[in-house]
Amino acid sequence: MAMSRDEIFDQVREVLVDALGLDDDEVTEEATLMGDLGAESIDFLDIVFRLEKAFGIKVPREELLPAESLLTNPDYVSNGKLTDKGLAELKAKMPHTDFSDFEADPDVNKLMDLFTVQSIVNFVEAKLA
Amino acid sequence: MVALLFLMRWIWIDKFLEFKSGQSAVALKNVTLAEEHLHDHFPGFPVMPECLMIEAMAQTAGILVGESRKFEEKVILAKIKKAVFHHYVRPGDTITIHAEMESIAPEAASTNGQIRRGDDLIAEISLMFSHIDKNLAGKEFPEENFVFTDMFNSLLTGFIADNKTEQTG
Repeated sequence: MAMSRDEIFDQVREVLVDALGLDDDEVTEEATLMGDLGAESIDFLDIVFRLEKAFGIKVPREELLPAESLLTNPDYVSNGKLTDKGLAELKAKMPHTDFSDFEADPDVNKLMDLFTVQSIVNFVEAKLA
Repeated sequence: MVALLFLMRWIWIDKFLEFKSGQSAVALKNVTLAEEHLHDHFPGFPVMPECLMIEAMAQTAGILVGESRKFEEKVILAKIKKAVFHHYVRPGDTITIHAEMESIAPEAASTNGQIRRGDDLIAEISLMFSHIDKNLAGKEFPEENFVFTDMFNSLLTGFIADNKTEQTG
């Protein structure tokens, strides 16, 4: 039987609580992984492993974290901001992410704010569909 | 960080008892009062420091991870996911370090493990290792694999068929 969005969220929350040593109530849909929940780069890999196990899915790293490969391409980044082309490319690669705030000021330093609990839930939901 | 990078410059396990490539490994360590840190930890009550139990697991599991990629990756300890200690380890004890591969990807691996003394469960330690060349984009590391030196190579003799991997350092 397909999982409901709430069930997915509950399991994602459990993954994040275990991986990052958090309390249940810290994990809200809007929380950013790095800024709010204190995730570091290695934690993303830990989270990927745990998601794969919890949901029985395969998560290629570039699918969940496609920003890395964009940042080294001068067509996509100029003066510390994503170009229109870069933004379009990122959007195409991260369909599960809310870009509304980021679009106004596509500063690469704010890229990590795109990774919210919600974006992970969306990602898993799309994977399970 | 530097200390972790040079993980394998010293050996903290005595031998392997089992080595199943890519799956699991069991190593053994004898603890002796000749280890000088035990004189200070603690005077009159020598016990093996917990951090050095983690080191023993990091070496056992780190070699398990490294061997599964034929020692082509520079494997460093990146995260201690879990470390729970149930009993003291005293001089004269023989501990066995049991490591199991949980997940492995091009960039990283995670392992679960236990330290036992006979049938007693001493510690439960779960770790994550990073393959650093695949993670720290833009940072340059030496070409040679400085993590796995030939010092530890003899540990694996007899356990893996082709033990002639390229070693430097």
